[in-house]
Amino acid sequence: MARAKGSLRRRFLRAKLAAVIKYLVVVVVAVVPLFPIWSMIAWLLIQSFSGRVILGLIPSSLTINNWRFLWSPIKMGLKEYPNIWPITFNTLLLALGVSGLVVLVSTMSGYALSRMEFRGRTALMEFIIALHAFPSVILLIALFVILNKLGLYGKGYMTLLGIVLIKAGLEIPMASWIIKGFFDSIPWDLEWAALVDGCSRWRAWRSVIVPLVLPGIGAISIFSFLAGWSEFLLVFTYVKDEAYYTLPVLIYHMIGEFKFIDWGMLAALGLFFTIPTLIFFSTSQKLLLRIYVGGVKR
Amino acid sequence: MAKGLGRKALPWLFLAPMLALIALSWIAPLFLTVYLGFTDLSIKNFLAFIRNFFTEKVHITIDNFRRVFMGGDPYISEVFKVTLLYVGSVLLINAGYSLLLSISIAYLVRNEILSMILRVSWLIPRITPGIIYALIWNWFIDPKYGLLNPMLSAIGVPKAWLPSSWLLDKPYSQILMIVVNGYIGASFGMIVYTAAIKSIPPDLINAALVDGASDFQVARNVIIPLLKWPMLFVTAWQTLSLLASYDVILMIWGSGGGGGYAGIARAAGVMVWSLYSYSKAFSEYMYGYASAISLVLVVIGIVLIIVYFKLFGFRRLMEPSRVEV
Repeated sequence: MARAKGSLRRRFLRAKLAAVIKYLVVVVVAVVPLFPIWSMIAWLLIQSFSGRVILGLIPSSLTINNWRFLWSPIKMGLKEYPNIWPITFNTLLLALGVSGLVVLVSTMSGYALSRMEFRGRTALMEFIIALHAFPSVILLIALFVILNKLGLYGKGYMTLLGIVLIKAGLEIPMASWIIKGFFDSIPWDLEWAALVDGCSRWRAWRSVIVPLVLPGIGAISIFSFLAGWSEFLLVFTYVKDEAYYTLPVLIYHMIGEFKFIDWGMLAALGLFFTIPTLIFFSTSQKLLLRIYVGGVKR
Repeated sequence: MAKGLGRKALPWLFLAPMLALIALSWIAPLFLTVYLGFTDLSIKNFLAFIRNFFTEKVHITIDNFRRVFMGGDPYISEVFKVTLLYVGSVLLINAGYSLLLSISIAYLVRNEILSMILRVSWLIPRITPGIIYALIWNWFIDPKYGLLNPMLSAIGVPKAWLPSSWLLDKPYSQILMIVVNGYIGASFGMIVYTAAIKSIPPDLINAALVDGASDFQVARNVIIPLLKWPMLFVTAWQTLSLLASYDVILMIWGSGGGGGYAGIARAAGVMVWSLYSYSKAFSEYMYGYASAISLVLVVIGIVLIIVYFKLFGFRRLMEPSRVEV
């Protein structure tokens, strides 16, 4: 009897020990490596509103001086950086252009892929997946030549238009695929009913199907907006005139200049740039996470 | 008759805009890269080439490939080594470490809210716009203002071991390159594995638990064997994306180093293959040679994609987290 009790206790202790080890593993593997990430985010928030900070996280004073780029020009020695608002406008233009084009084109192709029978349908879908796997960034040199050939290089807004076309083209295979998934989930019968009642295919598409895939369209538009908003490489590589920079490229150039003297402004600028991302993620995270799972390469 | 034709043409009408944009952004540059790789296009004959693709000033040559493969470019072996280190190490994080991570988050942590918080936190590096990711890392590693050195000191790393610059001092810069990219990639593996773990029938795990298996035994003997395909998928998929990814390195070293990314990346030993191609084109203006360097990646990419289709089949590529019990 006593022995049984002892072994029970031992088993209880062992179970407890196992639980402790389990949580230790979780903490070491999944929590500790997050400290740098959490501290970076905390820094961005704190530093952008404070003067000097100790260890990056403990503010000493509250200030909005870091946000002065919103109402006065940014100067570094003799160099004056372009005003933030036209740059923001460029970024917005790029993002809206990409998202508009991606939504328009991928709803059409997603519908065709989901609903229509045609020769080569499977092959086309395989091709789209292959494109998704293929790393587009190594095509930048050839795209540079194409941009030049089309006469879109070094032409201000025309260059941005070229970038919109290229970026949309890069995003569209995946976007079509996602939209196709949304179309797949709508029962055929619904569309049948509209067709039987005498709708044309186009009419059925426009007034029955599209309203139903609206969540999918919303997700695609947000996703491609953010992709355009934070696009760096294409603008960095193809736009040389400061007036047509977008925010990521401006920030890139400013990090190097200001990193030793004004982290506060860099943090504020960074936060300013992240606002759309924050808004979209706080309002529609479920939708976006679903897309981010499939939509991003790495 | 007309109606039949209309029905045949209609899908292509719907698909035409997509196909046009794909032609512009993928197909044309793909073929052009192949062509450019065999030319001596550079800043000298670039304008003539833009005016006329078949100008006599641009010569067809295989010199580029001789330089890549036969040692004509003394730096290329260094680039190869850095790439190997980069892809290999980050892959270890993306496919291996993220497995531990998702077992921890999706199986060991039973509290839904805690698990959710951890999952979202691990997604931060992926969701953050690239340039902001570069900015916060630039702050974090700053020897004077950043938190990395104080953090390392706090856990007992001697001051003498800490570099004066994480961006430039060589072994440290390479560690940084691996870690920075590892954080982004870890969440890819985490997403795929977590979905796979969630799709394992609970009966299987419960049966093992009832039979007296510990959580670790369940993880080792039930979960990991079932994740064979997702693991293979993550490894294969990430190999290709890592081979071609250089944007994060370019943003962090380019912005933080202040000035030309190419020189900084060389000095810091973080010049990976795809970045080398990029810098040959856009900071040395040797478009032909740069295309040849990236052509190597194009070929690897196409071969790998064919392998993916053979290995996984179409369906598995679509649902990588499917578990076969």
